[in-house]
Amino acid sequence: MAHETVFLHGHVIDSLLLPKVLDTILQFGGTFELADIHIGKTREEPSSVRIVVHAETPERVNQILAELQSHGATIEKEADCQWRPAPADGVFPEEFYATTHLPTEVRLRGRWVPVTGIEMDLGVRLDPGGQHGMTVPMAEVRKGDRIVVGRDGVRVAPLERPAKLDVFGFMESEVSSERPHGHMISDIARRMRSLRDGGGKVLLAGGPAIIHAGGREPLAWLIESGFIHVLFCGNALAAHDMEAHLYGTSLGFDLEGGPTPHHGHEHHLRTINRIRAIGSIEEAVRAGVITTGIMAACVRRQVKVVMAGTIRDDGPLPGVITDSIKAQAAMRAALPGVGLALLVASTLHAVATGNLLPASVATVCVDISPAVPTKLADRGSFQAIGLVMDAASFLRELAYQLGWKE
Amino acid sequence: MSRLLVCPPEYFQIVYEINTWMSVKRTADHHVAQAQWDALMVALEKDCGALLERMQPMPEVPDLVFTANAGVVVERVAILSRFRHPERQREEPYFERWFQEHGYDVHVLPKGLFFEGAGDLLGNGHVWFGGYRQRTDIRAYHIVGSLVGREILPVELVDPRFYHLDTCFCPLPGGELLWFPPAFDRYGQAAIVDRIPESKRIVVPESEAVRFACNAVCIGKHVVVPEGCPGTMERLEGFGYTTHAVSLSEFLKAGGAAKCLTLALD
Repeated sequence: MAHETVFLHGHVIDSLLLPKVLDTILQFGGTFELADIHIGKTREEPSSVRIVVHAETPERVNQILAELQSHGATIEKEADCQWRPAPADGVFPEEFYATTHLPTEVRLRGRWVPVTGIEMDLGVRLDPGGQHGMTVPMAEVRKGDRIVVGRDGVRVAPLERPAKLDVFGFMESEVSSERPHGHMISDIARRMRSLRDGGGKVLLAGGPAIIHAGGREPLAWLIESGFIHVLFCGNALAAHDMEAHLYGTSLGFDLEGGPTPHHGHEHHLRTINRIRAIGSIEEAVRAGVITTGIMAACVRRQVKVVMAGTIRDDGPLPGVITDSIKAQAAMRAALPGVGLALLVASTLHAVATGNLLPASVATVCVDISPAVPTKLADRGSFQAIGLVMDAASFLRELAYQLGWKE
Repeated sequence: MSRLLVCPPEYFQIVYEINTWMSVKRTADHHVAQAQWDALMVALEKDCGALLERMQPMPEVPDLVFTANAGVVVERVAILSRFRHPERQREEPYFERWFQEHGYDVHVLPKGLFFEGAGDLLGNGHVWFGGYRQRTDIRAYHIVGSLVGREILPVELVDPRFYHLDTCFCPLPGGELLWFPPAFDRYGQAAIVDRIPESKRIVVPESEAVRFACNAVCIGKHVVVPEGCPGTMERLEGFGYTTHAVSLSEFLKAGGAAKCLTLALD
């Protein structure tokens, strides 16, 4: 789809010029979006409207624009994007352009060029030759980098609705515990299968409640079966997963429903200590110390694991990144190729991952509390579909639909 | 008292073709044109009580006689026309000089922004309508509207025979409107219908529209109508107007009639 923005100014409401222009766009096979509309408060005050014209090809857009111009529509003045050098390491110039997670283009020497590495709340850095634009986090900017400022010469494309209407066709952040989950999980399973077969990646960001609630087995099976390719988690998920292997407990509680073991609360500390002694989770799996569960499956299937630490962590386990800027960078580096993100039972990791994902990545947020998907949507990840349900039930149903047998 | 700007037809002739009415093979008879113009002036001065300002006719600009296209005058502000056709662009300096010499605050629109004055911009009470696409560029109305502080509703002219708004649309002092709806697209028709109640709309039949029934001059309760429009005159009389028919056949050959030959100055 090609698009261009036009501006209509004057007494366009009572003269029916606005409906005429909109009808003309449709008659010529285009579609439109009213980007901005200001209606004059008095009869003397003119109105103004910004219209984004979409059509299949640039030629068709030009044909529509030519027709609209005779009705007074002016093509929005296009200028190259402006940049200023970063004043210091880790500091953007004032007025820096802050990205959204939508597909974005910058105009460089008269050409619209897509910005790479789309992610919300970053800046846009131009290469020294002024040919390309890529997103850059505040912390990674270096003094003198060319950073895009202002809004001229920057445009953001709205997401196109997928033609095939599955649950992802609605991308509307609707969060309700009342909605039936069955068909949504079927759609997710279908997409996972097609991503696996087509070489796409599925990301799961999860919290330790997956283990406590009994989701360990189905998740390990999903990983072993090649349905999950990237795992984002913290110290806790990995620690309790391996605690379950070593002690049969999660945070000291017997996972099989037996009596609470004495000193069970120490189990995760002993697990962490054991792995620290071995040196790494990979080595513990290779040495046969850890043979079941999520981490073992990840090592065997060579799943990319990023463990981001938090301030309350015990240990932490080897491999946990305690510098949050470095953790962000490691998560970011694992994102290319991800076509579906499952954010399960972790507010912290769900929001952190949501911030890093472009809007074009189908995202599902599963949490027992509706507050989590809501929070995610409020922070701008409007494409995330909220599923209010228990993490283990979700993972079991998903694995079951993909062929898991208990 | 109504003041009108007029220009004697000393050099009036059909020497180029810039509308569907004009044909260089169908020239105007100079003596007949002069007599018709004189008769129109008599009707305006004697019957309607208008005060006429005569400007100096000039050679090489035969259409200077159509002073409605000089520009638009609002109190002491004159917004000068910018003609679409090079043939008529030559008239611009003469009109500009006349306004300057008569103490008007003259505004000139940016180059390339076509605007053909009171030929395309007509007021009906507080609302003004601006014909566009054939001659005036719709963008001109943004500027004109802000200069005069009025609402201007642009209406597209879709019939090449009615290339200026004043050939198919004539607001009258009592709020009535003389018009030929098919000259507008459906949006323009709807915009006009929305602002002027049905009881005040006088639809001119096509047979009289092509005789330029809408190109009438109205002063107070007097309306000067081109000859051959009995139906229109009857309707006007029904609204209490006194009508005066004037033969303007030589000017019709150039696509103009009574209204085109005058410009309201106040």
